[in-house]
Amino acid sequence: MAITAVKNQEKGNRMIQVRFFAALRERAGREVLEMTLPDGVSTVGELVSWLEESDETLGRALAATPCRMVAVNEVLASEASDIEDGDVVALFPPVTGG
Amino acid sequence: MKTHIGIQSAPLESGAPLQWLHDQGLSGAIVQFSGHVRDENGRVEALHLEHYPGMTERLLGTIVEHAEHRWPLNGAWVVHRVGTMTRGDEIVQVAVSAEHRQAAFDACSYIMDVLKTRAPFWKKELIDGRWHWVEARERDALAASAWLGDEPEHEPR
Repeated sequence: MAITAVKNQEKGNRMIQVRFFAALRERAGREVLEMTLPDGVSTVGELVSWLEESDETLGRALAATPCRMVAVNEVLASEASDIEDGDVVALFPPVTGG
Repeated sequence: MKTHIGIQSAPLESGAPLQWLHDQGLSGAIVQFSGHVRDENGRVEALHLEHYPGMTERLLGTIVEHAEHRWPLNGAWVVHRVGTMTRGDEIVQVAVSAEHRQAAFDACSYIMDVLKTRAPFWKKELIDGRWHWVEARERDALAASAWLGDEPEHEPR
């Protein structure tokens, strides 16, 4: 198991997908981000901080949407939730359906 | 229990939930909530609804399962419209059937309150020719917390 993880890392195979919805999607100017899970990032909160620092537009979009909800693999989660290779992380403003 | 969950961009059929839930007397009570586009004193010209395909359907199913564990229900119908709508259009139908009315009233209210604060839908309103995202309301969050409390095991995800 550990060997597989190392092999994947060597192949640069730690891909995740980040999806944005509604006002956050419009502010970010994009809907989906396919990216390698950065080193040292293992929770949604750490991913958000990494995104804020790595891209100015995303940083501004996230700052303009301070109240957010999170889903990991289409299940409601929180910024404390763990993320792993292959996960789909969705970030969005509070929902307003009904 | 029978369950029907749907997301559609076509107009909702207003009589469909009651017809689908009618069960020749097994249920003594059917309660339906029907949500419509408010014009906000004529200001709102149109409404647009975005959602997270896949997650929405799954989460609505989870909310109904939680309701089923909480109340003795015979059926539940949840259909939500997405896309662009005009004032007066029906946006959402939540209907439940049960042997007795209190379970039906409570479960219908529960599903609606939890849907509003958990299901991934977002509304935009067209006012004076410009689209504005609708902000979430504190009172909706309070209504959902009244059912869910602070206990994570009660939380539909």
